[in-house]
Amino acid sequence: MHRYILSFIFLLCFSVFAISQNEHEPQNGGQPAGEQPANMEEQHGDPGVIDHQAHGEASHDAGCGEQAEHEFDPGATAFHHIADQNIYSIGPWSLPLPCFLYAPDHGWSVFSSGKFHADAHGNGHVAIDKYVLVEGMVQRIADPSFPDGEVEVAHHPYFQKVKKEDGSEKEAAFICYESKLYPAEDRSTADGGLFGGGITSFYDFSLTKNVTSMIFIFALLSWMFLSIAKAYKTRDGMAPKGVQGFIEPIFLFIQDEVAKPFLGHKWEQYLPFLMALFFFILGLNLFGQIPFLGGSNVSGNLAVTMVLAIITFLVVNLSGNKNYWEHILWMPGVPAWVKVILTPVELLGVFIKPMTLMLRLFANITAGHMVMVIFVSLIFVFSNNGLNVGAGYGTAVGSTLLTLFMMTIELLVAFIQAFVFTILTASYIGAATEEAHH
Amino acid sequence: MGGSIAAIGMGLAVIGAGIGIGQIGGKAMEAIARQPEAVGDIRANMILTAALVEGAALIAIVMAYLVK
Repeated sequence: MHRYILSFIFLLCFSVFAISQNEHEPQNGGQPAGEQPANMEEQHGDPGVIDHQAHGEASHDAGCGEQAEHEFDPGATAFHHIADQNIYSIGPWSLPLPCFLYAPDHGWSVFSSGKFHADAHGNGHVAIDKYVLVEGMVQRIADPSFPDGEVEVAHHPYFQKVKKEDGSEKEAAFICYESKLYPAEDRSTADGGLFGGGITSFYDFSLTKNVTSMIFIFALLSWMFLSIAKAYKTRDGMAPKGVQGFIEPIFLFIQDEVAKPFLGHKWEQYLPFLMALFFFILGLNLFGQIPFLGGSNVSGNLAVTMVLAIITFLVVNLSGNKNYWEHILWMPGVPAWVKVILTPVELLGVFIKPMTLMLRLFANITAGHMVMVIFVSLIFVFSNNGLNVGAGYGTAVGSTLLTLFMMTIELLVAFIQAFVFTILTASYIGAATEEAHH
Repeated sequence: MGGSIAAIGMGLAVIGAGIGIGQIGGKAMEAIARQPEAVGDIRANMILTAALVEGAALIAIVMAYLVK
């Protein structure tokens, strides 16, 4: 019981901390106004673009005027917080990560993301070889008139709506440099523009937050399983101890409930694959649940789950026997006209199975992370973005309780999703390797 | 999202999956109450079936995103 109370107080303190942080910066891009209070009084109006340009400010920060004030958007905040980043922020600190960037017209750029001098929001002050850091993500200014090398840019990126080619609107970042706004481009994505930008002017091969978390989990699991394997040799016949005692029941559960019933006598052959899948997904799910530790959303990243699903797809179809392919291509025991309908459906099923595996893990983990960010966002919605402090403190209590509740559910989901991915993989492999019995 | 029809489609898909998973959970509870000793098997199969239902809903949701 004490632990629950302690963790509740801990979360409450965090919420209050978050509010007080927000109070310091009541408006986005409030810095130019704060620097020149005299200007504001003279003009009796909002210091817009024209004002600042008329005064000819030398300061970089003041060059492009003030960003249009827009309302707090919980959805956009949530998407930004679950996205991959080129810095690793732990609490108020951000650890730099190595950047490996390739632009076809410039070649490779390799540097540490600490050189961007990012602030607490992940916005960099410095542009390096046209690369800038916008909300933790590296973006590139494609404009050839922007200088190469390290240049100082305005503190805040400016967000404006731009029209995409298909007519839909998209919010894009603009970087202010010497009183001029330069549009920044997102990195290239391999989805052909379905979910992201498609191919842009640069490719990002960096060690991002997700990659770092994945390497950490890989190292942790390797160390854990090697030490457990050693313990089984040296402590043969004795009761399991320490981490061995924690892993053994989980391992036996997967072996007895998943591998043996679905795979029949071939279970030993596929056990390493199933265990690797299960513990990798479980490790990533749980690691993403630890608050204040970057909250990396690795198993909620479509690329990661896609690779896992592709591996499953290959394992299932490469181990499929004659019987399996016969049931897909020319289902035995049904009339010919039904076969004509069944074959396309079965062929589609071959690809839909790994696709649902990919989407299920992605959607569940992403939804969990997003719900938590949105519950915390409620504080800012009700406190009117830091203007109504009382409502903020009031909502903090409720949203802390809700977040705590969701985190408990998410612990359950972390286990269930790892289990579901493994059990479905096992059942697909089982169906592909089943011997004919009719 | 701006009130698109795709959002309504997503909602409908989720209603279907919700009814399905509710049925699975309810029936599993009944089965466990009838045969508490088979709780392990029932739970594993319940999760497996729920995952299959969820898969159909997920495809609908993703299609709604793409069609939008």
